[in-house]
Amino acid sequence: MRIICPVKRVPDTAAEKRMNEADWTVDRDASDPILNANDEWGIEEAMRIKERVDGTEVIALCMGPESAQQTIRKALSYGLDGAIQVTDDAVAGSDAAATARVLAAALAEEEFDLLIMGNQSSDARTTLVPAMLAELLDLPALTFVKHLEVDGERLLAHRETPNGHVAVETSAPAVVSVVEAINEPRYPSFKGIMAAKKKPLEVKDLAALGVDPASVGHAGSATQVLEVTPRPPRQAGAKVEDDGSGQAGATAIADWLAEQKLL
Amino acid sequence: MTDILVLTDHDGAAPKKVATQLLTAARGLADDAAALLLGEGAQGAAEKVGAYGAATAYVCDAPEVDAHDTEPKTAALLAALEASGASVVLYPAEPFASDVVARAAARVGGGVIGDVSDLAREGEGIVATKQIFGGDMTSRCTVRPGLPAFLGVKPNAFAASEVGGSPADVVPLDVAFDERATRVRVVEVVEESSGGRPEMTEASMIVTGGRGLGDAEGFALIEELADALGAAVGASRAATDAGWYPHQHQIGQTGKTVAPQLYLGAGVSGAIQHRAGMQTSQRIIAINKDPEAPIFSIADLGVVGDLYKVIPPLIEEVRKRAS
Ligand SMILES: Cc1cc2nc3c(=O)[nH]c(=O)nc-3n(C[C@H](O)[C@H](O)[C@H](O)COP(=O)(O)OP(=O)(O)OC[C@H]3O[C@@H](n4cnc5c(N)ncnc54)[C@H](O)[C@@H]3O)c2cc1C
Ligand SMILES: Nc1ncnc2c1ncn2[C@@H]1O[C@H](COP(=O)(O)O)[C@@H](O)[C@H]1O
Repeated sequence: MRIICPVKRVPDTAAEKRMNEADWTVDRDASDPILNANDEWGIEEAMRIKERVDGTEVIALCMGPESAQQTIRKALSYGLDGAIQVTDDAVAGSDAAATARVLAAALAEEEFDLLIMGNQSSDARTTLVPAMLAELLDLPALTFVKHLEVDGERLLAHRETPNGHVAVETSAPAVVSVVEAINEPRYPSFKGIMAAKKKPLEVKDLAALGVDPASVGHAGSATQVLEVTPRPPRQAGAKVEDDGSGQAGATAIADWLAEQKLL
Repeated sequence: MTDILVLTDHDGAAPKKVATQLLTAARGLADDAAALLLGEGAQGAAEKVGAYGAATAYVCDAPEVDAHDTEPKTAALLAALEASGASVVLYPAEPFASDVVARAAARVGGGVIGDVSDLAREGEGIVATKQIFGGDMTSRCTVRPGLPAFLGVKPNAFAASEVGGSPADVVPLDVAFDERATRVRVVEVVEESSGGRPEMTEASMIVTGGRGLGDAEGFALIEELADALGAAVGASRAATDAGWYPHQHQIGQTGKTVAPQLYLGAGVSGAIQHRAGMQTSQRIIAINKDPEAPIFSIADLGVVGDLYKVIPPLIEEVRKRAS
């Protein structure tokens, strides 16, 4: 079985974000980039299949600037077999659909049984890329999955809903996006970290994929950002010390709720 | 010609609350908005959209829609776009609907903007406002002129109002479901009891429990307070990771983003990844025994105290004043 895990490099949530005012993209050099946490759940799920099904190969796929190689090596350190990077100045500013077009072009050249990816990236947070990718590749998609069973070609998944799940069934090849409840990702081993440095990494640009640069990036994105403004930080309000019995705290909250017309 | 098509979620008898909000929003943006209702019971619910100003309701209640996942709905959406001539689709910003729309947009080369909190017509186009980076910034964005626009609106971003229109003209859609539309089969829908509580993303109040509860039993107290207030229950990742509460209740970067009228957090420290999912709430109350807990820096009202001492009398106070 061959599994490809799309992974994204994202700015650390804890880091301060800065926008490039010229085009309203994230200034990716302004903060420490990391591997999107949700994609680690996808990698973990793929690695569990690899450990169970002989001859399984797991490959990472990342669209991002050249410096994203650090993030790709991080992904490889979980024990993956190799990675593909798509990097090209023209992809900067791609929205979800344009990103999906680039990833789909890279995947059109690959053989695979499964794509397993996070349900969302922590920066764009659209959750759209998995379904768009499935559409462009003409594949079924099982998204927001919290439980996955792979039995040969047969796939059974539980899709998370607000109060339970929907069990769905299809056959590979397919796209799977996973939510946090699916697993507890492992930590990379020292051996994995060392081995990651030597794993094959194939780097491609848009010309190699036959993608017209005008169809992606800023110019090729159907959505346009007009303006980004920082939100004024929230101010701390009243702080009440409870008297130890709980009654002072309880009364303060109830009074405040009544004052705010919430009671 | 119809300008806007509203993907109208329903419960088999009437449009859901979020759908009535979307229909109201559509009315403010275009002279002519139509509704699209899918699945079992769509016919009956369709007539009721007229009250919210939609003159036409496209309906597809073929059995394929419920028996298969996502793609029959995408096929029906594409058919409705063609039948109506609409160039803008409003849909509820929730996972399953966004999947349907993502596929449709990829098919027709449209643009998708999700998590929208406000919409305004500006010239020929519609400008959407949304919070990005967990509420640190506000973005105004749009879909390029001439391209189909798919706009995902957050629950409660708009208040629903009726216009008392006559029942909508119900137009059945004739959708051909090919093999791709039926390749994912729905095996079973499993609903755990929600205790009659509202869904977190739609609730006007949310009571959230964190690691400070100490154990899973602590959530009984959180639920009791939530029920007294008519609120939904949320949880921090520390609480869901420990298995104290189901993951789908997790608020934050890797959970849900919520913006209720009131967020009350008990035993939650307010880590940045948690704040990323709740800091745009209209009002925030925190109960924490550590006066230095970061959540106090964003709380409108902070109570420094033991949640096990504060919450029981608070439940009493709420019940007393509510009756
Ligand atoms: C990639 C990534 C993604 C993440 N995503 C999320 C996410 O989506 N959602 C999320 O919540 N977290 C997320 N986290 C985790 C986040 O960093 C915090 O670890 C988590 O939010 C802490 O949960 P907590 O506030 O319940 O626990 P803690 O931080 O341990 O806080 C517990 C609080 O309870 C107080 N307390 C203890 N006992 C009592 C008592 N009796 N009465 C009153 N107060 C008491 C303590 O003073 C303390 O402030 C993520 C982390 C990472 C790295
Ligand atoms: N530039 C990218 N390179 C590789 N995978 C990506 C990229 N952007 C998004 N993805 C994948 O799509 C998922 C959903 O992202 P998003 O739709 O941006 O929320 C992520 O978890 C990744 O697996």
